[in-house]
Amino acid sequence: MILSEPKPWEEIEGYLEGDDSVFLLGCDGCDAATGDGGAERVGELSGKLDEGGWNVTGTKVIEFLCNKALAGMKLARISDLIEESDSLLVSCCGIGVQAVSKLVDKQVHPANDTVSMGDFHGTWPSEETCKRCGECLLEYTGGICPLTMCVKGLLNGACGGSYEGKCEVEPDRPCGWELIYERLKDVGRLDLIEEYNPPKARQKYQFGVPMENRNSLYWAIEAEEGE
Amino acid sequence: MSTLKDKLEAGEFAITCEAGPPKGVDLENELKEAEEIAGLIDAFNVTDLQSSAMRMSSVAMCRLLEERGLETVYQMTCRDRNRLALQSSLLGAWALGMENVLALTGDYTTLGDHPDAMPVFDLDSIQLLETIERLNGGEDLVGNELKGSPQFFPGAAANPGADPLKPQILKSRMKADHGARFFQTQAVYDSDVFAKFMEELRDAGVETPVMVGILPLKSAGMARFMDANIAGVVIPDEVIKELTDASDTVQKSLEICSRVINETADLCEGVHLMPMGWEEYVPDILDGTDL
Repeated sequence: MILSEPKPWEEIEGYLEGDDSVFLLGCDGCDAATGDGGAERVGELSGKLDEGGWNVTGTKVIEFLCNKALAGMKLARISDLIEESDSLLVSCCGIGVQAVSKLVDKQVHPANDTVSMGDFHGTWPSEETCKRCGECLLEYTGGICPLTMCVKGLLNGACGGSYEGKCEVEPDRPCGWELIYERLKDVGRLDLIEEYNPPKARQKYQFGVPMENRNSLYWAIEAEEGE
Repeated sequence: MSTLKDKLEAGEFAITCEAGPPKGVDLENELKEAEEIAGLIDAFNVTDLQSSAMRMSSVAMCRLLEERGLETVYQMTCRDRNRLALQSSLLGAWALGMENVLALTGDYTTLGDHPDAMPVFDLDSIQLLETIERLNGGEDLVGNELKGSPQFFPGAAANPGADPLKPQILKSRMKADHGARFFQTQAVYDSDVFAKFMEELRDAGVETPVMVGILPLKSAGMARFMDANIAGVVIPDEVIKELTDASDTVQKSLEICSRVINETADLCEGVHLMPMGWEEYVPDILDGTDL
């Protein structure tokens, strides 16, 4: 179980500046359980996109986007719709957004912030990992997480230890920022690499989600069980 | 008053030299060596636990050099301190007389002699530059007003041998945009590589002064090791051959340094020497140049 919270609409709107057509993808796994990714949220986002003048090329809700092999096969069936879109808006956790980024040759916008449940891990063993930092940056990093793919968790580009695409720490480890650079180049969004990412709000995942933000059904069940 | 700042801003050629604090409290050698070459150098870069090896703090050695009238560049990495400690150290360093700061990410902990240490990296080098800019502007990272603010002259590292080069150029531009007012580069042995870097940097609109990094190769073996293992250090085969064939390796190594300085001096604004224990040869390296 992974817990996400919707990003503010204004933030998502900012991501979509410059895109005319958007394919909307939701997840029927954990995010559906919390109401942040399933059909209901996708419907709501679709309405907002329509209102804002975007052409929604299609919507799809896939069960557990983090199951990359299955998600890939399902997306392949609608590849023409995706192909004619400028970008994808994905309402899922950070793992799902990263998985979709890897499957699709388009800019992938995250619709959620994945939040910490106090070091509880997700269910899907996958190379895409999410630190549940509560302020998802995947929009700016080509759908590759700098917190987990860069050993130093750097937010503004590679360090001096990056060479020929490898990390200074282990000879075979890829440099996360090199992957991000290549990905942004491939999707024609190299402009994003010079976007300044400010220091992280560490408290968002140091102790889990602050009580006042625990407004989802998941937390309600937890609280119930605790009593 | 920062001579380094004055010189670089006036378009004069500047020379810095690295000085590493000891592992221990005996600084006699380090201070003596620095004093001996002080007349040739505008400022000493004091390293911050270089290569993640535990040593005396940079700020302490900076202060001891400043007390002797030697200007310093306080090197600061993001590896060992969070944003509270970084800002606090910066305020302390200013109070102790340091004006020049080099903002670095820092090598990873596992590369050093305490591989089990907690890597911090709360900030990255660009966020650290931004932090210095905020402090210079009279407030901390969250906007609280400072009682008396520093006026640091912040610099950053750049790597001319980076492969691929484009991301390095973009990152350097970001560093300049976030407050870097000079660059000191990774060691350079191939002036063509450096020339290409400078051309791309200037084409990207970055006019920040650049000091070319010079690090003497103590042997052909060291050259081969660095070429193979140190990120972004490119040593041409001819240079390795020169060292292999030389009857006097020291002499040849110093010659190579002087030659690279001569070949690159017109392309940049200064030299950054990293003698790594060869402080005594710094005068010979500089004597061998047209500077």
